[in-house]
Amino acid sequence: MMWRMVLRRVGIGIVTLWVVSVLMFAGTEILPGDVAQIMLGQDATPENLAALRGALGLDKPAVVRYFEWLGDMARFDLGMSLAGTTGSGGGGTTIEVLIGARLQNTLLLAGVVAAISVPLSVALGLVAAMFPTSPFDRAVTFTTLCLVAVPEFFVATLLVLIFAVQLNWLPAIATMREFESVGQMLRSMALPIITLCVVLLAQMARMTRAAVLNVMSSPYIEMAILKGVPRRRIILRHALFNAIGPVVNIIALNLAYLVSGVVIVETIFAFPGLAKLMVDGVQVRDMPLVQACGMIFCATYVVLILISDIASIVSNPRLRHPR
Amino acid sequence: MALLEVDDLRIDAHTELGEVLPIVKGVNFEVARGEVVALIGESGSGKTTIALSALGYTKPGLEFAGGEVRLDGRDVITMPPDDRRMLRGRNVAYLAQSAAATFNPALTIGEQVTESAVLHGLLTQEEANRRAEALYGALELPDPDRLGRRYPHQVSGGQLQRLMAAMALCGRPDLLVLDEPTTALDVTTQIEVLKAFKKVIREQGAAAIYVTHDLSVVAQIADHIVVLYAGEIQEMGAADDVISRPSHDYTRRLMAAVRPPPAAGQGEGGTEAHLRDAPALEARKVNAGYGRRPDGAPAMKVLFDIDMAIERGRVVGVIGESGCGKSTLARVMAGLTPASDGDILLDGARLGPSVGERTRQELRSVQFVYQMADTALNPRQRIDELLGRPIEFFLGLKGEEKRRRLHELLEMVELPPDFAGRYPEELSGGQKQRVNLARALAADPEVLLCDEVTSALDTIVGANVIELLKSLKERTGVSFVFISHDLSTVASFADEIVVLYAGRVVEKGPVDAVLSPPFHPYTRLLISSVPELRVGWMEEMMATSTAQAGIDRVVTITEVGCPFFDRCPLAIEGTCDTEIAPNRPIDGLVSDRHVIECHREVPELMAWSQS
Repeated sequence: MMWRMVLRRVGIGIVTLWVVSVLMFAGTEILPGDVAQIMLGQDATPENLAALRGALGLDKPAVVRYFEWLGDMARFDLGMSLAGTTGSGGGGTTIEVLIGARLQNTLLLAGVVAAISVPLSVALGLVAAMFPTSPFDRAVTFTTLCLVAVPEFFVATLLVLIFAVQLNWLPAIATMREFESVGQMLRSMALPIITLCVVLLAQMARMTRAAVLNVMSSPYIEMAILKGVPRRRIILRHALFNAIGPVVNIIALNLAYLVSGVVIVETIFAFPGLAKLMVDGVQVRDMPLVQACGMIFCATYVVLILISDIASIVSNPRLRHPR
Repeated sequence: MALLEVDDLRIDAHTELGEVLPIVKGVNFEVARGEVVALIGESGSGKTTIALSALGYTKPGLEFAGGEVRLDGRDVITMPPDDRRMLRGRNVAYLAQSAAATFNPALTIGEQVTESAVLHGLLTQEEANRRAEALYGALELPDPDRLGRRYPHQVSGGQLQRLMAAMALCGRPDLLVLDEPTTALDVTTQIEVLKAFKKVIREQGAAAIYVTHDLSVVAQIADHIVVLYAGEIQEMGAADDVISRPSHDYTRRLMAAVRPPPAAGQGEGGTEAHLRDAPALEARKVNAGYGRRPDGAPAMKVLFDIDMAIERGRVVGVIGESGCGKSTLARVMAGLTPASDGDILLDGARLGPSVGERTRQELRSVQFVYQMADTALNPRQRIDELLGRPIEFFLGLKGEEKRRRLHELLEMVELPPDFAGRYPEELSGGQKQRVNLARALAADPEVLLCDEVTSALDTIVGANVIELLKSLKERTGVSFVFISHDLSTVASFADEIVVLYAGRVVEKGPVDAVLSPPFHPYTRLLISSVPELRVGWMEEMMATSTAQAGIDRVVTITEVGCPFFDRCPLAIEGTCDTEIAPNRPIDGLVSDRHVIECHREVPELMAWSQS
């Protein structure tokens, strides 16, 4: 029963990825202008446009190009960049090379942020839920509400203003060049890490608190109180178990955002991450690059949500122990 | 000194608007060691609030406003919180109404049963496990040695209710607080649970506060009775005295609302004129279930070859324990769960199996009334919106006409017209159920499918809703399918009864015929399980062969043989468990439409039924 549901979820995940690939391809297809026009710029005559399109394979029907692309993707062959990124010269670089370093940076940033914010926010949410309407809970609720309401670019700019400009403690940009030590690397990444932590922490703490409080209003919690179970044990043993599903879901969504949704933060700190690469790709109509980045983002979402779905299936005793 | 002394107890409710409403207004009573005191009254009487005060607990929004609740001489209201926590589960334990909701779904039964005793340092985990196993045995639960490792969803509702008793008793408390622990149960399960409670309370020498609105249940278990109304004591005394010689007017009203045990002579009797036309609604060889196998048949079959007819203007009661397919039958008639085989006919014309295949007129003709008005009514819609939508959709009325119909509906369910502007949460349980009825009536239906519409209501409120249904039937000529697990309610309202067991019709016929011999063995079990309002009834009942064979067993659905085989005192090995029982028409004085599905011959059943 349980494993059948898990398999079903995996199946649904694969279908979702496929649908995404169709949408992604169709989406880039309907963007006005193509890479040939961008590359030739003012030199574009109908003749050399057609020649370049032929050379790049852009003259084949869309359906044929879609299936070629899908086949390559399935073999993890991301193909060639048509334009190369801004500044890195003409086309001909493999997308793998372009993405490789960027993906590493993004994953590093996401990993550090997750390692800090996930345990911290779950703990904050739990403690706030443990003592609802206490001064601590009010403080957490108020602060997180403020932080959720403030856009991330504002948080980022403010941090730069304080720590880089005024105090001059940390670098304002995170260029990710060669580092001599881990400490130096972390120092360089400090501001983007803090910015993202602040944004995620607020959201995850709020949602954890809500999920746990929701469970706290169930009759079995009242029963535990009437059995004389201490408050700490009520939260950690009786409530948390039943809140695992929603909490994991919140964490998964936030982690997916870390990989794909941080373009604004990357731009502010000139951080060479994946999201920025994709936006640059859109500007030069480098469709294979945009499609590859898009697929990576979507796959991240699908995999993380799949994990959270499986976690809530596995944490459900009805499914784990059928009648 | 009594074990528990409640002394001028006052409890207030604080509303969101900052108002203070007194809920309990100066209550005094005592519970002696080893004694069971029943708190009875309808909802809103403050009985649960008073009972919870014995644990020094108030529900959110309530607050102690005065008086003392002394357990062993110590006031539980003013003692330090940590002392109070140590008291709970050790000196006083609580049993809630719904065990299904009070057991944590994520933890094993064993952990929850032993938790309190171990946390309070009364027993080691090892000792607690042994004690729990002994309690499972005393409560006559199956598989005591393995039960602790199971999860709440893996045992039946009646078993879970008894497990809650094990949870409460594990720490050997002096006082048990039982809050309507049998109200949500079938009559047969109720006896099983009551019997177990009574036995362990006596064996453990614990005192108990038993909260209920059901006087017949009180008669079986209580030594003393405290009658409450609106937060005040109306009457109290020894159980026997209060039941046989009620001195207060309110107690008499409570007793009058207790329906008499089901017996012949309550039905309306058939006028043959009805039978000439096609029935208003008819089920022919209906099979249904849930899930889908590759061959199109349901994965879990719930209904088997159901044949029944609802004549115009008549009430057909459908009775059976939970899990017998009553609600599924109503859903099949409404088209919510399509039948996998067989037909539903409206006025002799075949209806589409699912709502999507029915015309608007057909949908209008068959309306559903749900058990829980709380969940059936959208809390964000005012009553006029709730009723206005079906009036517009089915009858096409607008403006002034719609308003007139709305007022007519409110008047029909005996609610004042200004209720149109209210929200469901501003209404009491009984009033919400009336709106729920009006919503179904708004479509001007021919058949109303009522699924346990009085089960969630108090005795008095429920009795009033039945009176309302009777007047609606007279006034509108609408036909009813009235589903209930409460045989007395069905007997007081229905013209005919269909007895459903494990998805099969085991007996059907006019009320008088079904309630008089010969009985199907299952019908007899149901009839004899309805508690009577007298002390000592339960012991007599449990001594009968019907009870010994049938109580404390679960409904099992089977495709071969008679499903009642394992609970039947008349079962014939080799026949009943292998062959489907034949339909035996009974030639009665009342009607020839009385049918029993049984392997036993009619004379045999007759002789047994009269024994």
